[in-house]
Amino acid sequence: MSFAHLLEVDDIHTHLAVKDGTVRAVDGVSFTIDAGETLGIVGESGSGKSMTALSIMRLLPRSGSIVEGKVTFKGRVLTDLSEDEMEAMRGTEIAMIFQDPMTSLNPVYRIGWQVGEPLRIHRHVDTRKSIVAAVDLLRKAGIPDAPRRVGQFPHMFSGGMRQRAMIAMGLSTSPSLLIADEPTTALDVTIQAQILDLLRTLNRDYGTATILITHNLGVVAGMCDRVIVMYAGRVVEQGRTEDVFARPEHPYTWSLLRSIPRLDADEHEPLKPIDGSPPDMVRLPAGCKFTPRCPFAIGRCAKEEPELLAVRNQLSRCWVTQGGVTLDGAGVG
Amino acid sequence: MTAYVLRRLLLMLPVAFLVTVGVFMLIHLSPGDPALIILGEDRSPQAIAQIHQELGLDKPLYVQYGIWLGHIVHGDWGRSITTHQPVAVAITERLPATIELGLTALLWSLLVAIPLGTIAAVRRGSVADSVATGITVAGVSIPNFFIGIVLIFVLSVTLRLFPFGGYVPFLTDPLESLRHVALPAIALGTAGAAINMRFTRSSMIEVLNHDYIRTARAKGASWRRVVFVHALKNALIPVVTIVGLQIGGIIEGAVVTETVFTWPGVGRLAVESIFNRDYTVVQGIVLLAAFSYMVANLLVDLAYAWLDPRISYA
Repeated sequence: MSFAHLLEVDDIHTHLAVKDGTVRAVDGVSFTIDAGETLGIVGESGSGKSMTALSIMRLLPRSGSIVEGKVTFKGRVLTDLSEDEMEAMRGTEIAMIFQDPMTSLNPVYRIGWQVGEPLRIHRHVDTRKSIVAAVDLLRKAGIPDAPRRVGQFPHMFSGGMRQRAMIAMGLSTSPSLLIADEPTTALDVTIQAQILDLLRTLNRDYGTATILITHNLGVVAGMCDRVIVMYAGRVVEQGRTEDVFARPEHPYTWSLLRSIPRLDADEHEPLKPIDGSPPDMVRLPAGCKFTPRCPFAIGRCAKEEPELLAVRNQLSRCWVTQGGVTLDGAGVG
Repeated sequence: MTAYVLRRLLLMLPVAFLVTVGVFMLIHLSPGDPALIILGEDRSPQAIAQIHQELGLDKPLYVQYGIWLGHIVHGDWGRSITTHQPVAVAITERLPATIELGLTALLWSLLVAIPLGTIAAVRRGSVADSVATGITVAGVSIPNFFIGIVLIFVLSVTLRLFPFGGYVPFLTDPLESLRHVALPAIALGTAGAAINMRFTRSSMIEVLNHDYIRTARAKGASWRRVVFVHALKNALIPVVTIVGLQIGGIIEGAVVTETVFTWPGVGRLAVESIFNRDYTVVQGIVLLAAFSYMVANLLVDLAYAWLDPRISYA
């Protein structure tokens, strides 16, 4: 079977019902990812990056629903599948790992039992064989002494080891796509590097396409072929990682890059945080949602919302750069 | 594991000591003189003094306690003042009936509580949840003797589906035994069922919000598997606590139910003995009730360690 892309997200809109209204958590997001590729999704908390991932998996909270758009995976429209058909996709074709490994494993079952579970659910392997397979998976995920570790419970594992176990579990059925939602955020810096290394190795050795959701631009720079920057449920910039980092074409990306502490910067130069705070998702402003915090805003920005259009090598949702203006001091901090 | 159980048993000793002191004091501080009951009409001071001497009631309290404790430890729980039957025998004769009633009631409460609580949690806010909540409020509010009377009137007297009263030992005729125990067990277990259902529901709601439930969904586990395999074992941990207390409370709970259903158990023996001021028997039953709480507590702790690997035996 041939298909244009491994995964195609086409104009999805995901709404969450909250006390004082509806949050348009994902508002017209489109992107594609090809086999073996690594795509980064960056944004602040509440920008809709996790909701985009949960929409692909169709694992939204009770209050959420996809109201528009479609997700196509290997030519199959996931948004049209029945719940049973979707269950057959989760954990086989598409695996997902989560932010907090401390709470993402079931405390009352042994690691081996949990890591081997996708094989029992999808491949109808018996418990004993699934645990034998789990030993091998844990070993591949870099867990030493795997034969003993499979018999242990999650509370006997450190955070980094638990995340390795989560990754081993995700890879048990050799999925084509792995969605990693902030996989290193809850871990120590040294452990973060090890986990990212592991993800990179697995991506290279098994050709598993990876969507890496993070708020850490450094992680994106080191891992991803392409990057999507999200703000207020929208994609504001999209392109090859090197292009976006070298010369961002959206003021939000520009501000994010300037707010990272740099080792080579003059020590007296203060960090430049982004002014203001993320928007109230229930009462979004008209026009471009970043206008209130944007140092480049022009009159048109507060009135009309720009489209996501090609600017130089990437796509940007900004009147200023679409008008041909270069963002001052871009990328060099 | 064995070491843990032994250690727990050792730790029970001081508690057991305090329980015996408490039981001993309670009876001796309560008004009424057993000598008067034994003597009936002939109440000469000499006769009373003689009885007191025979029963050891003329000795100082701590000596009486020491003698009594020595007997208790050796399995001699004294003789009934009214029937002269050994107390240990009187209680053991009645115990199987109470255990059968208590366990059936507990089983009934769990069979109702766990499925209903789970359904209410999974479909919270639905009609099923509201119905389950309604049943719960009714179950807790209606006293068990009233439930018993209604059950007898409707199912036994009017519809003749169940026999009224009478006890058939389980080992003699299991089926007939269950027919006899059904109504008293329902009457006794309904309040517990309501409480256990509330616990299961709230615990299940909390567990279903945990991240590991989302992990299980992301693996492709069906809702059924998520609820019954991933969530239930976690959700039952707090329920075990309350069930443990209910096991401990079987004897006291049975007092009213056994009276309503003329069930020949320890509960009714307690009522009869209290009315007869048969203080040796009352003492024995109170002691048994206290010990059953202690054993239930031990069982709860063992069940915890089995359900939740984070609790170590060490």
